Amino acid sequence: MIETLSGTDLVLERGGRVVLLGVSFEAVAGQALVLTGPNGAGKTTLIRACAGLLPVSSGQISLVGGNGELTIAEQCHYVGHLNALKTSMSVRENLLFWAAFLKIGSTETRLEDTGQTDKGSVRALVDGALEWFRLRDLADVPSGYLSAGQKRRAALARLLVARRPVWLLDEPTVALDAQMRDLFVDVVDEHLLSGGIVLAATHLPLPFRTKRELRLRLRADGAGSGPCISGAAS
Amino acid sequence: MTGFVAILGRDLRLALRDGGAMGTALGFYLIVVSMMPLAVGPDLKMLSRIAAGVLWIALLLSALLSLGRIFETDFEDGSLDIIAGCGLPLELVVAAKSLVHWLTTGIPLALAAPILGLLLNFDLSATPFLVATMLVGTVAISFLGAIAAALTLRARKSGVLVAVMVLPLYVPTLIYGITAISIALTPPGSPWPSFLLLSAISLASVVLGPLAAAAALRYQVQ
Amino acid sequence: MAFSRIAMPTLSVLAAVVLAVGFYLAFFVSPEDYQQGQTVKIMYVHVPSAWLAMMGYGFIALSSFGLLVFRHPLADVSAKAAVPIGAAFTFLALVTGSLWGKPMWGTYWVWDARLTSVLILFFLYLGLMALRSSMDDEVTAGKLTAILALVGVVILPFIKISVEGLTIPWLGIEIPSWNTLHQPSSVLRAGGPKIHPSILIPLLVNALGFTLLFFAMHLKSMRNEILRRRVRALTMAEVQRAQAFEAEILAE
Repeated sequence: MIETLSGTDLVLERGGRVVLLGVSFEAVAGQALVLTGPNGAGKTTLIRACAGLLPVSSGQISLVGGNGELTIAEQCHYVGHLNALKTSMSVRENLLFWAAFLKIGSTETRLEDTGQTDKGSVRALVDGALEWFRLRDLADVPSGYLSAGQKRRAALARLLVARRPVWLLDEPTVALDAQMRDLFVDVVDEHLLSGGIVLAATHLPLPFRTKRELRLRLRADGAGSGPCISGAAS
Repeated sequence: MTGFVAILGRDLRLALRDGGAMGTALGFYLIVVSMMPLAVGPDLKMLSRIAAGVLWIALLLSALLSLGRIFETDFEDGSLDIIAGCGLPLELVVAAKSLVHWLTTGIPLALAAPILGLLLNFDLSATPFLVATMLVGTVAISFLGAIAAALTLRARKSGVLVAVMVLPLYVPTLIYGITAISIALTPPGSPWPSFLLLSAISLASVVLGPLAAAAALRYQVQ
Repeated sequence: MAFSRIAMPTLSVLAAVVLAVGFYLAFFVSPEDYQQGQTVKIMYVHVPSAWLAMMGYGFIALSSFGLLVFRHPLADVSAKAAVPIGAAFTFLALVTGSLWGKPMWGTYWVWDARLTSVLILFFLYLGLMALRSSMDDEVTAGKLTAILALVGVVILPFIKISVEGLTIPWLGIEIPSWNTLHQPSSVLRAGGPKIHPSILIPLLVNALGFTLLFFAMHLKSMRNEILRRRVRALTMAEVQRAQAFEAEILAE
C-alpha cells in the first residue's frame, strides 16, 4: 500500500538556472499536500520533477510503499497546465486512448494477466469518468469545440480512466466554475479516502477534506548563483 | 504492447482524419516532378536518364514536408508530457510514430512514383525495383527523420532546419536506391547487393532513429 | 583556465614554428610534379585540411559523448568551440580542392568521390551550427547538438562508404564508389598513386602544424566561451535578484 511520496534536499534546475534549492517535502497517503507560493517559486518545477519529466540535480524523490518494479512516474497521474486533448478527437476517444496508454502501472493490468477481455472494463471506466465529470452529453463532441472549462474537465477526467496511486496536479481548477470545482474536490476526496496521494500546486483555494500546505517562497540570495527558494511546511 | 498499439491507432486515426497532409505530400511530389522537364527541357531520352534520380529527390523533399510535425501537436497540447513520463518507453513511442509516418506518407509516395515516372519517360521495365527501393528507402526516411523532428521541436524556423539537418543523413539511402534502379535498367550486373545495402541501412535506422529521437525528446520536455 | 594560460601560448608558438617549417619544406624542398608543376603544392594545404575536417568532427563527437554520458562540465564548451573551426577547415579543404582541380580538370568542381564526401561532411557541420543557433535555451541546445553530432558520427562511415566505395579484398567486400556508375572516371587521388618520402615528410609536417593550429584556436575559443558564460550567469543573477525583490514587495 502506498504510504508517502517524499523529496529530500532537492535542487532543481531549468534552463541552466537553479529554480529550487534545498526543498524537502512529504506527501502522505490520505492527505493532500498543497503547494502554494508566488509565480516563479518553483511549484510547477517541483511537480514536473515528481512526474519524471525533469531530472533532479541533487537530492532524491522517493515513493514508499509503491510498486518496486515501476518507476515513480509510472505510478503517477500528471495533470499539468495543458489539457493533452487532441482537438479532432471526441472526448470519449481521447479518454479511451489514455485509458489504453496509461494501463501500465494501473491496477487494471492485473485484469490483463487473468486473460479477461479488458475492452469492456476500459469502456466502463471511461463511461464512469465521463459521468463523474458531467461530460456524458459532450462525450462524442470533438474536443476542439469545447469551452475552456469543459476542456479542463475532460483533462481531469483522465484521472479516472486508469487507477494510479499518486496524483500530481498543477493548477487543476483553472477555468472551472465554483460548481465544477466542488465536483473536482469530491473526486480528489474519493481518491484520498481510498488511500491515494495527492500533490497539488495552486493559486486558487482547494478545499480538500484533509490537507497540508507547503508554501514556497522566493529568497534573494547575495552569494553566487541567484535566488534560493526554500520550502517551509506550515 | 497495448501502449504501442494505442499510440499507433491514435496517430493513424489522426493522420487519416487530417487527410490533407497526405494529399499535400502527393501534390508536392507531382508538382516538383513536373517542374523538372520545365527546367531541363522535354527531350525524352535525357529525361529517361535522369528519371530515377528526379523521382528519388522529389520523394525525399515531399516526405520532409510532414516530418517536422510528428511530435509537434503532442508537444504543444501537453500530451508529450504524459506520454514521456508515465507509460511506454519513449523509444517505442517514437517507433510507433515513425511507423505511422511511413504508412501515411512513405508508402503513398513510393506507390505514386511509377505513375509520376510516366511524366519523365521512366523505363517501366525497372518499375518493380523503383517501387521496392522506395518502399524500403522511405523506412529510413521516416525513422531517421524522426530524429530531426525531435531535435527541432523548440527551434525557430524548424521546417528548413529539419531539411538541413536530415538530408545528409539520407545520402546512403539515396545512393543505394538509385544504384539498384540503375543497375536494374542496364542489365549486366545484379541490383541485389545494392538493394541489400539499402535494406540494411533502413533496418539500422529503425534502431538508431528511435534511440536518438527519444533521447532528444527527454531533453525537450524538461 | 590555469592550464590554458600555459598551454595556449605554447601551442600557438609550436603551431607557428611547425607550420613555418612545413611551408618551407613544401615550397622549397619538395619536388614539383612532372605534370602539374607548382600547383601540386596546394596539396600541402588541402590534404591536412581534409584530415582536420574529419578529425574535427570526430573530436566534436567525442566531446558530445563526454557531455551526454559523463556530464563533464567542459564538454559542451569544447564541442561548441570546435564546430566553427572544423567547419572552416572543411571549407578550406573544399576550396583548395576546387582550386587544385581547376588546372587539372579544367573546371572548378568535379564530383570526385573523396571531395564529395567532404562536401557532405560540410553539410553535417552546417546542420550542427544551424541547430545550436536555433534555440534560446543554451543548455538544451548544447545537449541536442550533442545528440546530432553523435548521430552524424554513426552515419558518417556509411556516407563515406556509399560515396567512395569500400574494398576489403581479404573479406571479399567490394562496394563500388558512387560515381563510377554514372561515368567511368579517372579519379585523381589526392596524394598520387604512390607517396614518395620527399612528398610524404613535408605532408606530415604540415599536417602536424595544422593540427596544432586547430587545437590552439580551439583552446582560445573555449576560453572565450567560458568567459562569455560567466558574464551571462552574472547577468541572470541580477535579473533573478530583481524578481525576488519584486515578489517580496508583492507579498507584503
